[in-house]
Amino acid sequence: MIKKIFLVGNPNVGKSVVFSRLTGVQVISSNYAGTTVEIMRGFLKLGDQEIEVIDLPGTYSLEPSSKAEEVVGSLLNESTKNEIAVINIVDTTNLERNLYLTLQLLEAGLPVMICLNMCDEAKHHGVTIDIAGLEKILGIPVVSTCAVTGSGIKTLVEKIKEIKIKPRDKSSHRDRWQAIGEIIEQVQRLTHRHHNLRELLEDASVRPFSGAFIAIGVMFASFEIVRFIGESLISRIADPIFLNFYQPLLIKLSPLLGEESFFHHLLIGDLINGKIDFKQSLGLLTTAPYIEFAMVLPYIISFYLVLGLLEDIGILPRLAMLLDNLLHRIGLHGFAIIPVLLGLGCNVPGILATRNLESRRERFIAATLISIGIPCVALQAMILGLLGGYSGFYVSGVYLVLLVIWVVLGVILNHTVKGYSPELLVEIPPYRLPSLSTLWKKLFLRIKGFVIEAAPLVLLGVLIINVLLYFKLFDLFTALFAPVIKGLFGLPKEAVVALVMGLFRKDVAVGMLMPLALSVKQLFIAAVLLAVSFPCAATFVVFFKELGFKDLLKATLIMVAVALITGSLLNLVIR
Amino acid sequence: MKEKQKGTVLDISAGLALQNKFMSMGIYKGREITKISHIGLKGPVAIKVGRSVLVLGHGVANKIVIESHD
Repeated sequence: MIKKIFLVGNPNVGKSVVFSRLTGVQVISSNYAGTTVEIMRGFLKLGDQEIEVIDLPGTYSLEPSSKAEEVVGSLLNESTKNEIAVINIVDTTNLERNLYLTLQLLEAGLPVMICLNMCDEAKHHGVTIDIAGLEKILGIPVVSTCAVTGSGIKTLVEKIKEIKIKPRDKSSHRDRWQAIGEIIEQVQRLTHRHHNLRELLEDASVRPFSGAFIAIGVMFASFEIVRFIGESLISRIADPIFLNFYQPLLIKLSPLLGEESFFHHLLIGDLINGKIDFKQSLGLLTTAPYIEFAMVLPYIISFYLVLGLLEDIGILPRLAMLLDNLLHRIGLHGFAIIPVLLGLGCNVPGILATRNLESRRERFIAATLISIGIPCVALQAMILGLLGGYSGFYVSGVYLVLLVIWVVLGVILNHTVKGYSPELLVEIPPYRLPSLSTLWKKLFLRIKGFVIEAAPLVLLGVLIINVLLYFKLFDLFTALFAPVIKGLFGLPKEAVVALVMGLFRKDVAVGMLMPLALSVKQLFIAAVLLAVSFPCAATFVVFFKELGFKDLLKATLIMVAVALITGSLLNLVIR
Repeated sequence: MKEKQKGTVLDISAGLALQNKFMSMGIYKGREITKISHIGLKGPVAIKVGRSVLVLGHGVANKIVIESHD
């Protein structure tokens, strides 16, 4: 009786897409090795039985070499062999390399079937596999699927019942490859095709000059597109909705509550020149929703749309190769660019993605640099809102300061943190034309995640702040920290509240700076300070879970030091 | 080894863990590989093994001894 089905396969063969098809659970899938770092679980109805389906991170062999791969081996070992089934997902265009893991699974005495995925791509590449022949040689069910479109999934489900243990004798690595060579000879037919445009582009993007040219072009275009879409969403959709439909409602509500009452203070906040100002009033119904939906959400949408495109086309691993040299200077290797880019969206998935890095030292450096030097999209959107009104120099200035901090801190960490940093060793996927449905599902998942996680926290943040401000509970606190804030950073003592709030949630914190009537210099310093401190409570939690209390403490101390040094330096240097 | 040049893996002078990793990715003694490109003097190297493209950091690539075909 099968109780659990494990999806096992090499990285980037489409396990997560198959998982979504089998269980209906939506998960993020991309075109690079190591998208899935967590184990995903879902259920498949087979007749009247519910079977648990488990999507495992990709692995090349059952001998683990990274944390993500370790998980696979241990989970498979723990389970009782007659209660599980393994669906080995295989990239049809690369059967030879994928079969290595298949043979290991069979040798381990696991009940296995093969799912030859990406059949459409195989056709394009001129690869034909004799499925019946492969079934006969290995003695296990083989099904051809194309999970992105869903074809073959039905047959896959039907064949699950036929999975049986088909033990193979243990063999040495060399013999395994020997056996694979023989199998390939019998079942795979290649039609020779000429180089096409896509392959030329693939080659060009891993060469030094053309590669750098393409990479810089792509990054610049991405940045511009994110900004353009974000700005358009704000000025054409979000702002009109808030100003034309929402504000009139609030104007009617305001006198009903009575301007001096506690509830008016809580819900609507302060009236600025007798009017509701969405950026400054700081009420639960005014500033809180405006920050989330009219300032941050538009950029979340545009950022993840563009990131999704880059992920699915397959550009990220190529960036990893191009940046490998530079990242070695700060104790990381090229692949670390992927967690960093994810961190630009939200630090939490960024830190989770460091699981793909092999050594603990690398993970610590990467996670620390992400949480200190990489502003999440919510924070970036707010900084744009805060400083966008002044000359463009200030916004780019924040990025420039962060980049300098990033490099300096990276070099220091590289020289002080003990342990070893392994080398880059990663597979480069072919360029793929993104499927619109995958892209859309991924965008929807990420936006949903943001709204569910961020919105309640922002409301809570504004609520706490309002209550504390109303009862003047912050006064002791501000008096305590005023010397640092005023003396070192040149900020008014009210900014303490915003900076402390920053540890909880950045967008709210920036929102609190807006009513303070700060000078540009003060805004600039405050923005940088908020950017270098930990992004939000969620990042703290993830950092703790992933790297433990000691490392979190170290990273926090580093953060405080960085904030103190940067803040005072900027205050001294800027006139 | 020059770009677009083919060669056969003669030896891999690495520890067991890395050997296994190479092995599972399809790099082993006697295997034919093609170099695609490299970045900078001490940068990573892109190679083609079978049907897949792999990128190796400089230090890792150094451990693979290749006999190139002329």
